[in-house]
Amino acid sequence: MITDAKPIVSTRFGLDDGHTLERYLATGGYEGLRAALRQAPADVVGQVKGASLLGRGGAGFPAGVKWGFCPPGKFPRYLVVNGDESEPGTYKDRMLMERDPHQLIEGVLIACYAVGCAQAFLYVRGEMAHAQERIAAALNEAYAAGYVGRDILGTGFSVDVILHMGAGAYIVGEETALIESLEGNRGMPRLKPPFFPAAIGLYGQPTIVNNVETLSNLPWIMVNGGHAFAAMGAESSRGMRLFAVSGHVRKPGIFEVEFGVTTYRDLIYSPLYGGGISGAHDLKAFIPGGASAPWFYEEHLDLPLEAGAVGKAGSMLGSGAVVVMDETTDVVRAAHRLVRFFARESCGKCTPCREGTGWLEKILARIIDGNGRPADVGVLMDVCDNISPGISWPPRQTTICPLGPSAVSPIASAVLRFRDEFEAYVGGAFESKVVVKGAAYGEAPRIPIAATTGGE
Amino acid sequence: MARFSAENEAVAREIVARYPVTKSATIPLCHLAQQQDGHLTTEAMAHVAELVGATEAEILGTASFYEMFRRHEVGTYCINVCTSISCFLRGSDELLEHAEETLGVKAGGTTDDGLFTLEGWECIAACTAAPALQVNYRYLHDVTPESFDTLVDDLRAGRRGDDIPPHGTLGRVRQQIPAPRVCGPADPARNVEPGWLGAAVPALDDGGRATPKPPPPPTDDKGAVS
Amino acid sequence: MTDTAPRTDDHRTEAPVETVTFTVNGVEVTAPKGQLVIEAAADAGTYIPHFCYHPRMRPVGMCRMCIVEIDTGRGPTLQPSCMIPVADAMVVDTRSPVTTKAQDGVLEFLLINHPLDCPVCDKGGECPLQDQTYAYGPGESRFVEEKRHFEKPIPISDLVLLDRERCILCDRCTRFADEVAGDTLIHFQDRGGQTQVNTFPGHPFASYFSGNTVQICPVGALTASPYRFKARPWDVAKDESTCTTCAVGCRTTVEVSRNRVLRMSGIDVDPVNWGWLCDKGRFGFEAVGDGRLTGPLLRRDEASELAPAPWSEALKVAGDALRWSRKTKPDGIAVLGGARLTNESAYAWAKLAKGVLGTDNVDAQLGDGLPPELVFGLPRATIDDVCAEGGTVLMLAPDLKEELPVLYLRLRDAVVHHGVTVVELSPQATTTTPLAAASLRHRPGEAGLVARALVGLDGGADPLDGDVTAARALLERADHLTIVLGRASLADGPSPIADAMAAVLETYPAAHVLTALRRGNVHGALDMGLSPGVLPGHVTLDEGRQWFTEAWGQVPEARGMDATGILNAAAAGAIDVLVLLGADPVADFPDHDLARRALEATAMVIAVDTHRNDSVELATVVLAAAGPHEVVGTTTNIEGRVSTVAGVVTPPGTARADWQLAAELAYRVGADLGLESEAGTWAEIERVAPSYAGITAELLASPAGRDGVLMPLTPELAAALDGSRVTIASRRSDMDPEAAQAALRAAAASTDEERQREQLAAKAEQSAEEAREVAEQLAAEGEAGAAGEGTATAHRPALLAFRPGAPTELPAVDAYGYRLVATRTLYDRGTRNRHSPSLAGLARTSQLRLNPIDADTLGVVAGARLRVSSPRGAVEVELALDPGLPRGSAGLHVNHGGGDPADLIDVTSPVTTVKVETLR
Ligand SMILES: Cc1cc2nc3c(=O)[nH]c(=O)nc-3n(C[C@H](O)[C@H](O)[C@H](O)COP(=O)(O)O)c2cc1C
Ligand code: SF4
Ligand code: FES
Repeated sequence: MITDAKPIVSTRFGLDDGHTLERYLATGGYEGLRAALRQAPADVVGQVKGASLLGRGGAGFPAGVKWGFCPPGKFPRYLVVNGDESEPGTYKDRMLMERDPHQLIEGVLIACYAVGCAQAFLYVRGEMAHAQERIAAALNEAYAAGYVGRDILGTGFSVDVILHMGAGAYIVGEETALIESLEGNRGMPRLKPPFFPAAIGLYGQPTIVNNVETLSNLPWIMVNGGHAFAAMGAESSRGMRLFAVSGHVRKPGIFEVEFGVTTYRDLIYSPLYGGGISGAHDLKAFIPGGASAPWFYEEHLDLPLEAGAVGKAGSMLGSGAVVVMDETTDVVRAAHRLVRFFARESCGKCTPCREGTGWLEKILARIIDGNGRPADVGVLMDVCDNISPGISWPPRQTTICPLGPSAVSPIASAVLRFRDEFEAYVGGAFESKVVVKGAAYGEAPRIPIAATTGGE
Repeated sequence: MARFSAENEAVAREIVARYPVTKSATIPLCHLAQQQDGHLTTEAMAHVAELVGATEAEILGTASFYEMFRRHEVGTYCINVCTSISCFLRGSDELLEHAEETLGVKAGGTTDDGLFTLEGWECIAACTAAPALQVNYRYLHDVTPESFDTLVDDLRAGRRGDDIPPHGTLGRVRQQIPAPRVCGPADPARNVEPGWLGAAVPALDDGGRATPKPPPPPTDDKGAVS
Repeated sequence: MTDTAPRTDDHRTEAPVETVTFTVNGVEVTAPKGQLVIEAAADAGTYIPHFCYHPRMRPVGMCRMCIVEIDTGRGPTLQPSCMIPVADAMVVDTRSPVTTKAQDGVLEFLLINHPLDCPVCDKGGECPLQDQTYAYGPGESRFVEEKRHFEKPIPISDLVLLDRERCILCDRCTRFADEVAGDTLIHFQDRGGQTQVNTFPGHPFASYFSGNTVQICPVGALTASPYRFKARPWDVAKDESTCTTCAVGCRTTVEVSRNRVLRMSGIDVDPVNWGWLCDKGRFGFEAVGDGRLTGPLLRRDEASELAPAPWSEALKVAGDALRWSRKTKPDGIAVLGGARLTNESAYAWAKLAKGVLGTDNVDAQLGDGLPPELVFGLPRATIDDVCAEGGTVLMLAPDLKEELPVLYLRLRDAVVHHGVTVVELSPQATTTTPLAAASLRHRPGEAGLVARALVGLDGGADPLDGDVTAARALLERADHLTIVLGRASLADGPSPIADAMAAVLETYPAAHVLTALRRGNVHGALDMGLSPGVLPGHVTLDEGRQWFTEAWGQVPEARGMDATGILNAAAAGAIDVLVLLGADPVADFPDHDLARRALEATAMVIAVDTHRNDSVELATVVLAAAGPHEVVGTTTNIEGRVSTVAGVVTPPGTARADWQLAAELAYRVGADLGLESEAGTWAEIERVAPSYAGITAELLASPAGRDGVLMPLTPELAAALDGSRVTIASRRSDMDPEAAQAALRAAAASTDEERQREQLAAKAEQSAEEAREVAEQLAAEGEAGAAGEGTATAHRPALLAFRPGAPTELPAVDAYGYRLVATRTLYDRGTRNRHSPSLAGLARTSQLRLNPIDADTLGVVAGARLRVSSPRGAVEVELALDPGLPRGSAGLHVNHGGGDPADLIDVTSPVTTVKVETLR
């Protein structure tokens, strides 16, 4: 359903000078911070809990709840802003940082006030030079104007916000890897449990890691109240959310839509949004939430953009990246392209991910080069099974973080749905003993059936 | 030049001073070194090691993890053509081929004049403007063969000097914290609760409107929150 | 005390051990809270395969081999058992189909890029990856793609080669370098499938501990150049022994093939070395087979060279000289050295010298040590005492990393991971300085004065550098103070250290002391009586006179001279026969001039040695001695811990054990030492040396003794130690006494390394228990019966105690001179280094180190050639700038070639002042 709900975080995307303090103040800027400072920190946390603002970084954990996980009495606490946006298909945080940096900074300040963070680090992906420039400029303005730093607005609330940049490594988006990277180390994830960053994070201290979009929602929530936010959307997915629609659509773009209500069909086909499949083609498949998500097809178009419903259907909203593939897409190549990403971006810590994703990529590359044999597809599936036992959704993992298992989603999606295309490449029917469980993959066991079914 | 110049060393020390633990400055300092030299030299890493108080092996261990740090000379302009899924679906491979032809080098190579290094890159977060590329981490969206060639011509002719600095320079605006406004790094070893956190009264009392309180939740007969 | 002691940080806390109960493969198991699943399962007899997990390092969960299904109430999930602490009601399944498939998968992943070049790999036959593959792995490879390629082995240091193709990225070597050694010189580089271990260009893994990485590498990626292609595990014999390179006494295995020592590896012994060795200890065995004396040599007349002679002739010449002196002037006989010897040999020589020849001019230390009162006349601390959680350590010692490397590792661990506070007082910065909470510099000779200020006594002097008030406060705050005591500089005599100790004891009478003397078995040699004024077992000549007269027949009348006294006397012509027991004073005594004059003035120098050296060249008779690994026996370490050394190869030629030579010479002078075997000698030591009572060969051979037995084994001490020592060891064995469990574990362990460690663990578990039993037994024998059989009439003498003497008188500071600081480094030009081809190249040449400001004042820059002179002599050296030296001090390394401080030092003075001039 397309609703009239007004955008929250993208209101300044159309302005040429939306990134300046002047324009920001002229359009209601830093009112959210004032509103927050008029309340006790605990009440701000209450508002955010009441908003049931889900994290926008991919995992979708409620922000207010996460903030509550800081162990009492252990200080300093840090806030780390995750601006490492790198998941293929995902393009929204960069927009927020380039077009509306003050909104993000304001969100950072509100979070620091609420949680009691003594220092914040704004970790921006290394390749985003323009965003870094805009944030640096905005921070310089905000410091000078008294919004950031010592004794903010004369209230005694003081916090430094430090711009920090990465240097090119997707895995650093994972929050524990982000912390390692911020400590000056190789961005290799830490095992959690037992310890989540909220308990033991940066320098071993309680640390809140939040996504850029998550934090950008806070000024609005402070001005309008958590309940106003929660009034939008449906089920667990409240408020508005940015989706990047890319691939084979007429009008690729970033759209802020009412969460939980709008459907994939709206996003892809509505003239307001994607505008339909480009050319005169039909939809073949689409990735509903970033490169790690199992693929959806025609039959999933009417699912609302709601975490629970999408999860039940066997995939995820993830990072809000919707990648559309039309019927001309060579899914073997598409799968390879996705797997290649994970193979290149594996941090190398866990054996199954380091070795397995590379192996998968090599097999797929060989298949594409015309050197595949039917048995290779069976090996593909078994290697997937060894990285993510049972190839299920949500995935099980033999690894520390979900990056390794992410490489399994495109393969399982492509192999199970488009068996014939693989057979055409490898020159014959194949078998696999792997039992697959995941609604989006179709019900298990799909593979052992020897007959070619093609894209049903 | 390889170690930091005196001017850059001063910048480096300022950056180091922002972090509660000095090693955190490793990546920003490696960027600074790359800005100075165009790539990350062995000598610069040794200097970074000194400044952040780590061993050289640790700095190399960190730097080599991140693909933006080039440990060999690269062109003045590094052209990274995104070849991840969204761009792939919209012709990135063909674009890369075209770029190889235009520049006369294979992906991964540098032109003989040292001006361009061409590379296939993973997702650069421009998926809705595919195919896309970056030159020294500045974007070109919805690239066509024509717009690519124009870009190369412009760069060759020095017409993009204003917005595309040589390789190594990221944001040209640096964060500057005015001394009276700085709070300083929060030492992880000092367990101090921030003053505002436990305060019973709101920090700001300017007569303004606080956030509207949510309507009271519906209660059942026993008064329990449902 | 097991190798599987968890390394979680809360482990040494005092609280009673909480336990949790959970199940492993359906069997209920109780384990201490906080223990990792992999360890608790092992304790319960279930082996979980692993590569990256190492009991002495922080778990990283990288290899994923140890993943098992764990259910904590929300259904089973695969979890790395090396990272997950046990919890109540946890259900662990190490054999479920999901677990098995996942582990098989991990193994396959590890193998796809592994070269599988086992036939040409040093690790073949003892490789955990190979073992694991046979035990669990799939038969055939499905990987048909191109494997990852790296340049095949690259040297990462002079001793270690790295084959990155074989590496499975377990992070063990890199963690060791960073976490344990603190030498973060190897590191992961690059990312993902391209990840490799490597050094920074041009900066090799120059760590004193590099060999440990080879030992803990679970594949053949790291190999030690001395061992490469030397042998296969199946054609070597392996024995347990103790390293005698320095006095830490690390337990080792020695591997031998065809009568050659091929490899030394550390054993994980909880109270001592935790499995680590330094590279000198690991690779120095090469000296055993290099350039040895294979038979006696004799100088038949003054003018001639040393020439091979039959044993009968050499022994006769030596024996005649001794017999004559014994009859005419026993105190014309002197014996220098003995720290190389086993306790048994040292005892035999002490008995020969003091009991037969009647001389007390005996000293195992060569002017580089401490008087015996300081060594064992103070309450002693163990390594564990020094490293106890939250303790405070006062360092009055040489640079531990250079002299007692594994003690440095233990102290570093204590500081970095267990909140130990170090206060250092030294003449120059050391490798301990960065670990110290406070570090004070004293002017050479003024250790005693600054110590007074440090402990708040009058009459002290302020340090040249460092905050004495802050340091004092740290000591005042300490509730568990130990002192590491040794000679920080050989240019300072021992008396300033004695002054310092006296001052510290005045304020902190309860402090315990760990002596940091370097030479291999120097503590054992002193214990056996190879020092003036003492008799075996920590008794003074006077105290022990009656007891030892009964045991030996006679003891010397009066206290004799120490090394300095002996050499002075010799130089004055007062020594007729000088026996050098593995001592090379001409090269190794801090005052070369004196040593040379002494040897030249002595008519009869009898050298008992393994190699020719500068002093041997001045001898009349040279008796070829058996060296390390060639004789069985015992050794005593810095703590007084007695452990066994293995004799695993035969001595070259006709070389003989030192104790046999003593017995032979006794015979030649017409006496009988009554010592016929190592075992018999040990029995006699146990019987007559009071501090060694109860430490029987049986105890040493029992599981309780195989990690070494702390001496003296008095019931009081045993009881006292039980209460005060806070170690992982006692804690672990207390809570888990069932050796049966450990045996089960050993059975389940599938790799060699594993099996070995499990066995060690098993025996360690019993040891505390048994040591206590023995102690109780001794107590039961009662005070009256304390004297052993055969010495029934005399009372067992009281042990030696330290009594402070008059403070040292120091000369005035010479404003135009520099006070000399003479220190050792690990790789000097000693016998072990020079004769170990792998180590010989690591020695540096000597440089004069000056504070940069002093160099400025002198107008010289680094690299300048300088002439350094003292009244004793002069040397020419290059200048190096060292801000670690205070102004007014000049540093030189001992025995480094090209400028030796021993050419400048006058040992009769408490300090040495030198002049520095530029050479043009
Ligand atoms: C492989 C991987 C990559 C991730 N990349 C990003 C990212 O680029 N940006 C982001 O905000 N979160 C990313 N996440 C999610 C973060 O771990 C974390 O959940 C998030 O930053 C928390 O913020 P939120 O609660 O506000 O969403 C990634 C997670 C994984 C496992
Ligand atoms: S799953 Fe992959 S990316 Fe994630 S920690 Fe393991 S190796 Fe690194
Ligand atoms: S031993 Fe647990 S992951 Fe390696």
